Order: sequence, then C-alpha cells, then structure tokens
Amino acid sequence: MAIAKALPLATVPSPFLARRRRQLLLAVPVFALLALLPLLVRDVYLQNVLVLTLMYAALSQSWNILGGYCGQISLGHALYFGIGAYTTSVLFVNFGILPWGGMLAGGVLAVLVALLLGYPCFKLRGHYFSIATIVIAEIGLLLVHNWDYVGAAMGIQWPFGPDSWATLQFARDKVPYFHLALGLFAITWLVTWVIEGSRWGFWWRAVKDDTEAAQSLGVEVFRSKMAAAAVSAFFTAVGGAFYAAFVSYIDPESVMSFRFSLLFALPAVLGGIGTLWGPAVGAAVLIPLTEITRSYLGGNGSGLDLVIYGVLIMLVALARPEGLLSLLPRPRAAGEGGR
Amino acid sequence: MSAPLLEVRDVTRRFGGLVANSHVSMEVRQGEILGLIGPNGAGKSTLFNLIAGAFPPSAGQILLEGRDITTLPGTARCGLGIARTFQVPRSFDSMTVLENVMVGAFVRHPRAHAAQAAALETLDYVGLAARAGAPAGELTPPEKRRLEMARALATRPRLLLLDEVMTGLTPSEAQKGVELVRRVREAGVTIVMVEHVMEVVMPLVDRAVVLHLGEVLAEGSPQQVVRDDGVITAYLGERHRAA
Repeated sequence: MAIAKALPLATVPSPFLARRRRQLLLAVPVFALLALLPLLVRDVYLQNVLVLTLMYAALSQSWNILGGYCGQISLGHALYFGIGAYTTSVLFVNFGILPWGGMLAGGVLAVLVALLLGYPCFKLRGHYFSIATIVIAEIGLLLVHNWDYVGAAMGIQWPFGPDSWATLQFARDKVPYFHLALGLFAITWLVTWVIEGSRWGFWWRAVKDDTEAAQSLGVEVFRSKMAAAAVSAFFTAVGGAFYAAFVSYIDPESVMSFRFSLLFALPAVLGGIGTLWGPAVGAAVLIPLTEITRSYLGGNGSGLDLVIYGVLIMLVALARPEGLLSLLPRPRAAGEGGR
Repeated sequence: MSAPLLEVRDVTRRFGGLVANSHVSMEVRQGEILGLIGPNGAGKSTLFNLIAGAFPPSAGQILLEGRDITTLPGTARCGLGIARTFQVPRSFDSMTVLENVMVGAFVRHPRAHAAQAAALETLDYVGLAARAGAPAGELTPPEKRRLEMARALATRPRLLLLDEVMTGLTPSEAQKGVELVRRVREAGVTIVMVEHVMEVVMPLVDRAVVLHLGEVLAEGSPQQVVRDDGVITAYLGERHRAA
C-alpha cells in the first residue's frame, strides 16, 4: 500500500491502450511491404506458394479467433471452408451470381451453421468439444459427397472466362490472387485486433483461461463462445470462397477433408496460439515448407507433408509450447508498464 | 430495522448422498462484515458457493434485497452486485494484471477506455498499481490475492464474498489485508468472509455465523460466538473449554 501511495495515478501509464497503438503502427508498414512482394518474386510457382501462405494465414487467423482467443479447439473448420467454397461455386455456376456475393452468402450461411452447431457443442468441454467438431465436419463431407445438386463426388467446375475482378478469374496471373489473399489476411488481422481491444476479446480470453472465474466476473460464457464461433466461421467461409475462385474447380475432398481443419489450426499453434501475429508466422513457416517438399518429393498422397506437420508440432510442443513468436524478446519487462 | 441485503432461507445442498448444507438460514445486513466460520468440512465453502451462484441449492431460497436469486447463475449475480474471490487464486494467466482487472471492470464499463481507467483506479486502491503491466502468472501469492480482490472490486459489488483471503499470508501481509478489507467496507461494500484464521477474523468481523456439520451452530457478535459452549466444543476443541 505504501508503494501505491508513493506512486500517484498519473505516473501509471496506460499500458494496454499504448500497446495496442504500437501494434497497429507496426502492422501498417508490414502490410504495405507485403503488398510489394510480387515485384520481387516473379516466379509463378513461388507466387502460388505466397498466395497459399497468405490464404492460410488468413484462415488460421480466423481459426485463432475461436481456438486461440476463446480456447475452443475446433478441428472441424473444413466444414465452414467447404460451405464458403460450395456456396460461392453453386451461386456462380448455377445462378451467375458473382463470387463477391457468394463470399458474403457463404459467410452468412457458415455463421448460421456455426450457431446451430454451437448450441449443443458448447455444452461440451475440452477434448469432447474437439471430437464433436471432427465428427460433424466428417458428416458434412459425406453429405456433400452424396449430394447430386452440388456435383456429389464430381465436384463443380467453374466456367472459363476472361480475366476479371468481377468474377475473380485470372487464367495466368497470380498477382491479383496474391493481393486478394493479402486483403483477406489484413481484414482478419484487423478484425482480431479490434476484438482484442473490445469487451468480447477480454471475455473470450477469460473464458479460455478460467471459465469459472470468468463467470464470477460477469462474463457471459455461452454467448462468448457463440460469438467467437460465428466470427470465426464467417471468415473461414470467406476463405473457402476465395479458394474456390482461385482453383476454379472444387470437389468434396479438395475443400472439406480433415487435412484442411488441421491446416487451419497448425499455423496458429506453431506461431503462437491466441496472438495477433502467431497464425501468420506459423503459416509463413509451414506452408512454403509443405508446398516445397510436395513438389520436390512428388509427395502426392504419400503423406510426407503430414509427417512434417507432426514433427514440427512435436518440436514446438517440446521446446516452445507458446509458439515461435515467443522466441522474440518480450517488448516490456514485468511490471514496467508501457512506454 | 432495514431489510437485510442478503437472506438465505432454509437452504439445503446435497452432493449425491452427502448433505453439505442442511436447512441453513442466515442473513447478511447492509454494510456489515460477516464472518462465516467453522471447522473443516462444516459446509462453509458450499454455502459460499451457493451465495455466489456457482451452483444452485437442492432446496431453499436465496434473496438479494427481497428478490429471489436462487436460480440465477453467477454471471447474472455479478451484474446484480455480488462479487467473489476464490480460495485458490484463479488469475487469467494469459493476461497482464491490468487486463485481469479490466475483465471485471467491463461489467460496468462496456468500452475499453473506461474499463481501463476503472481498472487502474482499482489497482491503485488495492496497492497493485505498480504491477499493472506484469503478466498475472508472475505475481507472488500475496499479490495474487490482491489481484483477486481488485478483480472482484472492479465489478463494483454491493456484496463482496471473500474466500479465505488471509490464509497463507505472513502476519504483516495479513495485517495489510485486514486494512484493505476495512477500507472496502468503509467505501460502503458489505462483506462476507469465509476464514480459518480465527485471530484475523474475530477482530475484523461485526458478526459471525458458525457452521458445523452443514448446519448453523451459532450466530452473533464475535464475543458471543467464542463464548458459546457448542462452538467451543465443535470448533475450537475440547481443550479450550477448560481455559
């Protein structure tokens, strides 16, 4: 108490809001420099890797909103990815609705599904929740597999057309996709940043750290989980819509297999779960590594990329459970407050 | 006499075959410090959790200013002005000290800016302002108890429930704790404290309720309670009777 008396309130800086301002100031040049990257990387194959890296950074950031901030580890996000990809493809191919509209429609549909599934699933805790998400996503995959209207096992082929920002079709040029993926990642990053500074963000982290203590402090636990699931599902579906436009052909296995659910979770876990930059750092390590091993070792179906994920996760879990980001020096020493 | 702030009416709580609280009735008066005492296994923690809303009673009623809150969950009770601490401090360890307290402050201040201001003020009040930026996991045990207090106070409670906040503190730390509890009461907050450490509780509380085997054994001022024969036997042990 004596310490507090000696330290008038005015000298205590505002550590939380000051740190947030710094984060935003750092992000602007990072995104600006990333936008210039295609000027340096001319090789189409490498550009393709960059597009995928940014896409997975965005998708992992979306997963991180529910898994990292709210602590609800979903291993079924391929379901929302598939909803986005299929909604966009069906609307475009069958009804001529532009992918931009499909993105939004897919996102909204994914939110509805997430809320519907969240109602029973969020009564489950920990591992049981994760298992439920795996099972539900697999059921979704089977349903699509047998649903003729969406092409069943054959999938949906997008029609060929001229390069256009309206239809998001670019036959040879990867650069527009690069900027789309970067935009998607920037939006998910910004949404996460906004949430981090809002009551929802605090509630979600409180739910993750200690649900019982959170409840005693007036945190609406169930509503928190539902809100996090909705935001997370929306952006995962938007990512699915982007992917469908990018590859212009989808089938059940290529957008809804369990592999995707893993690929959304792993970058966040690898880079730093529940952090602003963790998913991006994780994706920047993981995606180029898997793409390059896949093409050099011709690992089509050999599962070598899965071995690499496994090894990486084990290494991180053993050496740095907080993720790669924790290798950086901490910006502030304990108790020092903001600068 | 004015209506009590909180009333527990004939409350029973069973866990399977175990009756942890049996027909407990008691009241908490506006502005007092009430001690909830009793030997291990007396049902103190159960009663405490029932008041906090961690789980509902099997039978009976709990009223806050005459309003039935028996089935309200903890979240809603916090909104009505009941806050609690935990026996084993449960800080949010992915957050800083300030952010921990902000979680509580958000109940009254939906915007981050206002919540941060309120949290800083509360930290200053409990003497933790200098640690605002520290990760909660790095606090010493006495600091963690202070953090629990700050978090609960940040919700602006009318009724503060303290679960063994003095346990495990050195005498000088406990003395600071006592001063803090007194200041909180002077600010107009009613306090219920579960406590083991008799020499800390007795000078601090206005009234004490003694539980034994899930029932109310005695109730009254600390002086009355420590002279009660049943209490001496049940709680302090046979040997104190002779003294």
